[in-house]
Amino acid sequence: MKQAKWLARLAGALLAIAACSGAQASDKTLRAVVHADLKILDPTWTTTYITNRYGYLVYDTLFALNSKFEVKPQMVDTYTVSDDKLTYTFMLRKGMTFHDGGPVRAADCIASIKRWEVRDMMGQMLARQTADMEVVDDLTFRLKLKEPYGLVLDTLGKAGTPAYIMPERIASKPATEQITESIGSGPFMMKRDEWRPGNKAVFVRFPNYIPRSEPPDYLSGGKVAKLDRVEWLYIPDNNTTLSALMAGEIDYFEAPPLDFIKLMEENSDIKVLNIDKLGVQFVLRPNFLAPPFDTFKGRQALLYLINQEEVMQAAVGNPELYLKFCGAFFLCNSPNATEIGADPLRKPDYARAKAMLTEAGWKGEKIILLLPTDRPQYAAAITVLGAAFRKAGIPVDMQSADWSTISVRRARKDPIDKGGYHIFITTQGGPDAANPVANTWFGSGCDKANPGWPCDPELDALVAAWTGENDADRKPGMVEKIQARGYVSVPYIPYGQFFQPIAFRSNIKGVLVSGQPVYWNIEKQ
Amino acid sequence: MFGFVLRRVLATIPVMLVVALVVFLLLHLSPGDPAAIIAGENATQEDIDRIRATLGLDRPLVVQFFSWIWDLLRGDLGVSVYNKVAVTTLIAQRMQPTISLAVFTMFFAVSLAVPIGVLAAWKVGTWVDHVIMGFAIVAFSCPVFLLGYGLVFGLARKWKLLPVQGFTPIEQGIGPFLSHLVLPALSLGLVYMALLSRMTRSTMLEVLGEDYIRTARAKGLNERTVLLRHALRNASVPIVTTIGLGIALLIGGVVVTESVFAIPGIGRLTIEAVTQRDYPVIQGVILIASLVYVLINLGIDLVYGLLDPRIRI
Repeated sequence: MKQAKWLARLAGALLAIAACSGAQASDKTLRAVVHADLKILDPTWTTTYITNRYGYLVYDTLFALNSKFEVKPQMVDTYTVSDDKLTYTFMLRKGMTFHDGGPVRAADCIASIKRWEVRDMMGQMLARQTADMEVVDDLTFRLKLKEPYGLVLDTLGKAGTPAYIMPERIASKPATEQITESIGSGPFMMKRDEWRPGNKAVFVRFPNYIPRSEPPDYLSGGKVAKLDRVEWLYIPDNNTTLSALMAGEIDYFEAPPLDFIKLMEENSDIKVLNIDKLGVQFVLRPNFLAPPFDTFKGRQALLYLINQEEVMQAAVGNPELYLKFCGAFFLCNSPNATEIGADPLRKPDYARAKAMLTEAGWKGEKIILLLPTDRPQYAAAITVLGAAFRKAGIPVDMQSADWSTISVRRARKDPIDKGGYHIFITTQGGPDAANPVANTWFGSGCDKANPGWPCDPELDALVAAWTGENDADRKPGMVEKIQARGYVSVPYIPYGQFFQPIAFRSNIKGVLVSGQPVYWNIEKQ
Repeated sequence: MFGFVLRRVLATIPVMLVVALVVFLLLHLSPGDPAAIIAGENATQEDIDRIRATLGLDRPLVVQFFSWIWDLLRGDLGVSVYNKVAVTTLIAQRMQPTISLAVFTMFFAVSLAVPIGVLAAWKVGTWVDHVIMGFAIVAFSCPVFLLGYGLVFGLARKWKLLPVQGFTPIEQGIGPFLSHLVLPALSLGLVYMALLSRMTRSTMLEVLGEDYIRTARAKGLNERTVLLRHALRNASVPIVTTIGLGIALLIGGVVVTESVFAIPGIGRLTIEAVTQRDYPVIQGVILIASLVYVLINLGIDLVYGLLDPRIRI
């Protein structure tokens, strides 16, 4: 009897505490658990996805992509192109201000573009083509080219690491110096006093933001902030995040593990939505410096080891979340998708793979694969490759390390007997990966290329020709040629394409299919 | 006594210097590169090299070490290589959650473990003793994360009695503050409580067999006085030692508990810094943790003296 009373008292106390803890966020506050901790506030300094998403909250862009991947004006009101296609004149929308109250001026745009061009690959190409940028008046600036260049708008409207516009005084800092201020002209302002790195970042609606009048479409159109406050929480444990979402403590789960999706779909309080129709591509990168992958034949042999569906089953699991096959370097579902040259990738032929490797100079040595232990999807995908090598009778050495260590190791050009490697895995996604010039893993500029150092001047020349082409009708044919050469040179292997949905409470409305999470148009009912 | 304390405090200086050297070498000689992480997955090698140079990580190791020591001597633990926030600020931001969790856990564990340990010793061999010791074995064997998830599932998700995760500072109300601490303290404290109750029981059993206890009973003292004033007081030195050692256990457990319950404390700061190779933060946290550990040991030594006059210097 006494125990029963004691238990009743304990339960009462817990309920009282629970009631006291009911100080929930207001109805116009979105509590979102994001995929990574926001550590860096300079979107030019890093290519990390989390800083890019922060960029879209706080900053605005001159142009943006719509759902057809067309470039549409965003901060720009109107623009003109001279008949000789050498001069672009941009007129900004009236009334735009930065979060510190200052007006958005043409000079701010020029300074921001110049700073961004130092870092961004497409920006660097535009800079090389640029003769001059000049202020015409407070709201107008002019870009003069050395020769006609077909990617001016595509460059200014790119989706990943775009040219975010910041005040001139901030953008004038060299690109080698990290910006720590957070002054943009975007729909949300960062509350620096509430920023707790490793835990929470808070954004509030920018009351002076003037959205475009068009409806929102992908990353373009009217960015109407319907929330007063967006709280980004960083919860490293996915199980805890799932429990918090189910209990209603959070509203939005930006990157739920794919094996949680079914469970969440069965819960009527939770909605699951794929906001990125391009998805994520696994990139299997051979090291061009490590024999036998220093030869065309050696790299082509890898194509005959791949079974994308097996990879996807291991790394993703749910068949609704991956494509059974995608042979496009520039992502399936994108305007540059093509299957030209992808036949060797369709069906494994282990005997052929081994024969080709032998022809390429393989002498029975172990193939070293880098396996990141703290990235389960990568680990699963590379394990499938290891199994394929073994099926072909090729010994492998799967060398495990955490991602940080692998990031360093993959960037070292050491020979195999001194810590080198043969193959590593990574991922890429979004419209940038769908673009031959912005897809950094496709770049084959030898020493200047990303780790793995693909080296194929012919492939680079094809990409350069595509870049310089002004006739849009000719471009698809050129992409086919690029991809065909890609399957000869094999800078990397498209190792499968999958989708990463987001999840949110069912009272959250207006989530946009925007390729990456954005927070305008969202409301809480 | 003052001389003893002074000697112990001065002895911390070489200890901290050795810790600083070992931490620095371990970190910088182990693989991993913050520049590669900062640059992002799709960055070029040129980007990574530029960031490494900006952070000063391309300087010789000796130069980096002495530069860090020089800053340390001026009381500057440096800034995070990621967000440029001072390490002292980051640690200060994380102190309240960790200290709150540790204190709450200690309070919960000690206030339950000592009485049930005494009870088990007093009722040795009976069903009470068996139940308590059975509970202690189960609690000690149960991993913190498993207990944490179990508690979250039952008390937070199913019955919605307590929040699943997070931390609310005490300034925002005692109710939310406590409610966010109950589950983590329970999951972290049970292991500690089990350890402490077993230690209390065995020490009490030893003391209860002593002649002076028999004498106390023979002269007619009531059992409560015998247990609490004569037995527990004499058994307290090893118990206090276990409490002190338990703080180290607690520091280890805090890392897991803070991750499971999304508490933004020192444990999580450490894990994040290690996985991201944020050298100044890791070095700062380990130095501070070592200092705290040394000071706790000093405190325990002083408490010995208070509890047992024979130990006073």
